[in-house]
Amino acid sequence: MNAPTVPTSQRAAVVALRSFLGRYGLILALLVLPVVYGIQDLSNEGDLTRLGANLVDGLSNGSIWALIALGYTLVYGIIALINFAHGDVFMIGSFAAAGFWAAIGLTLSSGTAALVFGLLATLIVATLASAVLNVMIERVAYRPLRNAPKLAPLITAVGFSFILQNVGILWRGGGQQGVDDLIDQNSVVFELAGVAVTRGDLLAVGVTVPLVILVTTFIARSRLGKAMRATAQDPEAARLMGINVDNTISLTFLLGGLLAGAAGLVYALYQTNLWYFQGFRAGLIAFTAAVMGGIGNLRGAVLGGLIIGCIEQISDNRIGGQWTPVIIFGYLILIMTFRPQGLLGEQTREAG
Amino acid sequence: MTAVVQFARSKSGQRAIIATVAVLAILYPFAFDPLATPMNTAIYVVAYVMMALGLNIVVGFAGLLDIGYVAFYALGAYAVGWLASDHFTGVGGETGIHVLVSDLIASSPGIHLNFFLVLVIAMIIAAVLGAVIGLPTLRLRGDYIAIVTLAFGEIIGRIALNGDEISLGGGHTLTAGQQAIAPVDQPFLPGVNYEFDSAFNLRPYYWLGLVLLTFTLFVNFRLRDSRLGRAWIALREDEVAAASMGVPLVRTKLLAYAAGAALGGIAGAFLGSYTTAISSNQFEFSFSIFVLAMVILGGLGSIWGVVAGAALLATIDRYIIPEVLDDLPSKFGLDFRLTQLSFGIFGFLLVLIMVLRPEGLFPERRRKIELTEGAGAADDSLYEARS
Repeated sequence: MNAPTVPTSQRAAVVALRSFLGRYGLILALLVLPVVYGIQDLSNEGDLTRLGANLVDGLSNGSIWALIALGYTLVYGIIALINFAHGDVFMIGSFAAAGFWAAIGLTLSSGTAALVFGLLATLIVATLASAVLNVMIERVAYRPLRNAPKLAPLITAVGFSFILQNVGILWRGGGQQGVDDLIDQNSVVFELAGVAVTRGDLLAVGVTVPLVILVTTFIARSRLGKAMRATAQDPEAARLMGINVDNTISLTFLLGGLLAGAAGLVYALYQTNLWYFQGFRAGLIAFTAAVMGGIGNLRGAVLGGLIIGCIEQISDNRIGGQWTPVIIFGYLILIMTFRPQGLLGEQTREAG
Repeated sequence: MTAVVQFARSKSGQRAIIATVAVLAILYPFAFDPLATPMNTAIYVVAYVMMALGLNIVVGFAGLLDIGYVAFYALGAYAVGWLASDHFTGVGGETGIHVLVSDLIASSPGIHLNFFLVLVIAMIIAAVLGAVIGLPTLRLRGDYIAIVTLAFGEIIGRIALNGDEISLGGGHTLTAGQQAIAPVDQPFLPGVNYEFDSAFNLRPYYWLGLVLLTFTLFVNFRLRDSRLGRAWIALREDEVAAASMGVPLVRTKLLAYAAGAALGGIAGAFLGSYTTAISSNQFEFSFSIFVLAMVILGGLGSIWGVVAGAALLATIDRYIIPEVLDDLPSKFGLDFRLTQLSFGIFGFLLVLIMVLRPEGLFPERRRKIELTEGAGAADDSLYEARS
């Protein structure tokens, strides 16, 4: 059989287009929303202030998602499991933070010094609560299933997610609940080319950046971090080299939980509105971020978090918040289908 | 005692058990008032068992973890909402479109098809959508598949919720948004001129459910024992080996999604018509997990196991938690109702089953062997993804 002959130049063009789309298609798809609304702003209002405001909000929201996405990516990197309960661990961190600061008497009238020290203490409590919870979940729900089929731990993860959501319902009831706006997060600190930057934005970025640097340095430099990387590469070989694989996995969950707890505190201060369902939502957004960046890749998770934060804000502001999940899940499906390794990740077997 | 167990294990014994259960199921309504709560519970049980059997094809037979199954429930229910209610008032002019409906409905505007026609259409729509959702997952494995199905399930739920913003022209919207599409038509048997009415008598609904369930069971058994069913099981056990033995991966996977979705669509249409209102807020992720929990509790791939698991969980969800145990916490001086926690209870059950008895209550024999072998072959599953 003779295949219909395509002129070689044409075929080469198709191949070139394919490889271009494969490499840059995702970036193009991600740029669609900001570019379209940027042009619209320019033609309607003559400047990009509105888009700028979206992006500032997006980056500060995105840094919260980045913290959560790091937890997903760390755990996936080491045991190739989507820790479905991670979003709910973040939610519990949020609740713990709000509960603790109320318990130590932080209110709107607290002085600056009390506020700073109180919130630092809250940060420690929230991160510890989430970290301990995350390690406990690993111990109870994932470790007994290490040798089971891969679907088993995913199912227990979903189970734990529901359990934690119900803990949330018992803790703060089924509806959304406001908490004290302790840091007056909406007050403008400075303006950048006409775009207001608020205290909340600064707080989100100010907590996220040091934590990300701390965690990446820990993993890149410390002995335990080396053990983590070794376990991620080849658990069996790591064990032969004398690394305690079980402890290393626990440590990974501990780190992920710490970051989720920090994100929980920032979220509580930034959104000033808590809900048992926030974890499920945030978990899916952060998971999308982790996949977008390339799951298993730390820098990718941060990048993905920031991008998804911006997309979310633009969609909330322009299309309507009720459609934002559709947009985000649409991106998730697109990425998983066409570029499962994400922006920075490598090919995995999962992603075929 | 051993003689009894032996009889129960033998083929004729199993037939006797199934026959007894079937007769009891058929006679069940006569034990209650036609509108009693147990009738309502039983109808839900039957519908949930159907859904679990549909999901069993995807997850149990083909091994594709689908956690967005609620999409097909939604689609089946909306098929009833679209094609058997006043929702599209104005379509077909003043009189509307009527096919084989009772005299009572023949004068109302909108599209009104006979329930059984809608059932077939719901099945087809759901099957097509199932295959469409399956498409992006073809290149993926394991938990990535789960996430894509989850994303689709959430998107469909969202579209249902915000469907009043999607205009179809002529003043029609896709769904009624936060409001329900209600009332929808009840099933009607044109030959004998009998119309169901859930306000007066639940028995016909129950029996209709049993008929649909029998069909679902039949489809399940025939598919499992068919060439396609063996291909699914081969796929589940080892995709690479199955492909190299000549199993066409794409077609086999898509058919699994489509078949599972079609059964979900039937169950959705049945429930939609029974509840007479299609409200958008019931199509949540937790429902997908609820159905998955039924399949896992019963034993992935084991048809009778899934029936038992689904019946058990559906009874717990529809009867034991809301009717029997709801005020249990208040007896201990706690200020909440148990219904608030039903999904936490199911989550707990999921964890418990997976850790203690991952093969489910009534495992399929083949699956049981796989699982016990898996424990011996150690680290395979943990490490394979890294290699």
